Amino acid sequence: MSRRKDNYETSRWAKFIRWVDGEIDPLEHGMEIRVPERTEQSETLQTELKLPGTDRTEISQISADRERAIQERHIVRGLRRFRVFYQFMSVVLCAAIIFVLLWTVASLPPFGNAGNPGNNEVSARYIEQGLQETGAVNIVTGMILDYRAFDTFGESCVLFIASCCVLVLLRIDAASRDEQTKKRMEEAAYDRLYEPKNDIILQKCACVLVPLIMIFGIYIILNGHLSPGGGFSGGAVLGAGLILYLNAFGFQKTERFFTEKVYRRVTLSALTFYCLAKSYSFFTGANHLESGIRLGTPGAILSSGLILPLNICVGLVVACTMYAFYTLFRKGGM
Amino acid sequence: MKLFELILLVSLVVCAVSVAFARDLLTSIVIFMSYSLIMSVIWVLLQSPDLAITEAAVGAGVTSILFFITLKKIRAIRKEEPDEPKER
Repeated sequence: MSRRKDNYETSRWAKFIRWVDGEIDPLEHGMEIRVPERTEQSETLQTELKLPGTDRTEISQISADRERAIQERHIVRGLRRFRVFYQFMSVVLCAAIIFVLLWTVASLPPFGNAGNPGNNEVSARYIEQGLQETGAVNIVTGMILDYRAFDTFGESCVLFIASCCVLVLLRIDAASRDEQTKKRMEEAAYDRLYEPKNDIILQKCACVLVPLIMIFGIYIILNGHLSPGGGFSGGAVLGAGLILYLNAFGFQKTERFFTEKVYRRVTLSALTFYCLAKSYSFFTGANHLESGIRLGTPGAILSSGLILPLNICVGLVVACTMYAFYTLFRKGGM
Repeated sequence: MKLFELILLVSLVVCAVSVAFARDLLTSIVIFMSYSLIMSVIWVLLQSPDLAITEAAVGAGVTSILFFITLKKIRAIRKEEPDEPKER
């Protein structure tokens, strides 16, 4: 049985709870944040000098004024000292960080040296056995989507979570009749009023560029195991092409094929497929079982087992995320 | 080739410093874009074309677009009226 302490009201935990509830201000008796104005102080000093008091009450008032002026001057001096100290310390701290970083860089081993700690048996094995084990000609993709596929899964989940956070922060809920929501909706409508709906130069450029960008993005994704590129870069190119299309032709055209429902379904199914496929391959690989996934001949498009579908999954997630970021920033919805 | 690399590296440093010192936020974003483009060329020279593609698409493309929209949302981009006398 827990017993309530006698000095509970003054304990730190109670203060903390009260602070969280907003009942007390911890800075109340602490530092003065407001800077006293200098002109007012000098004016009071001048009036003090010019008008010598005749009455006693006036004299007492003047002395009180003087005391207050002295106090204010003390505060101002302290603040000025603090400011000088702050600037000095910021410079010192900056110089110290620069020194430490440069020192670390100077003591690094030279780039491309054969005896570097990076050139150990792990990378040697990747380079020697990578083509046989993963079937990917592009060794980077073989590494990130086969040996270290779990890291890539984490990265795509991070992207999904980031887009969810942006959704939580920026989405305008049309159902709620809040004052602020109304304001934001008005702002979004104002934003769409001025979007370049019939900008002929932009539309003609987009007519030429968007198909090329899309095909290039799809090429990068599908050839991720053969040539430089892969899911992430290809997906970013696809997302940029979608954004260009949206800018040229407006929301009405893109909303025909890309809504929030499509986004949710595509992203979730891609992530789920990635997770299941890679779990299966890890499970069989770790237990030395036959996975039934054939690697095929290296160099062909349909080769290297799971890498091609995984690349497509990552590309879809990245493209959807980029596009979702853009639309959420623009109008707070998809 | 050495000279080309040197020029790229120097312009990278110049870009990085001038992003911080640019007065206009729009200008600094455009400089930031050019920083990303130079960086992607440097990635190609360092023989990592994967990173170069990603840097060009994400760094120069999508990130700067997001910055532009943010500037527009916070009304930092302001159209200059033709009749208005220039301040600077």
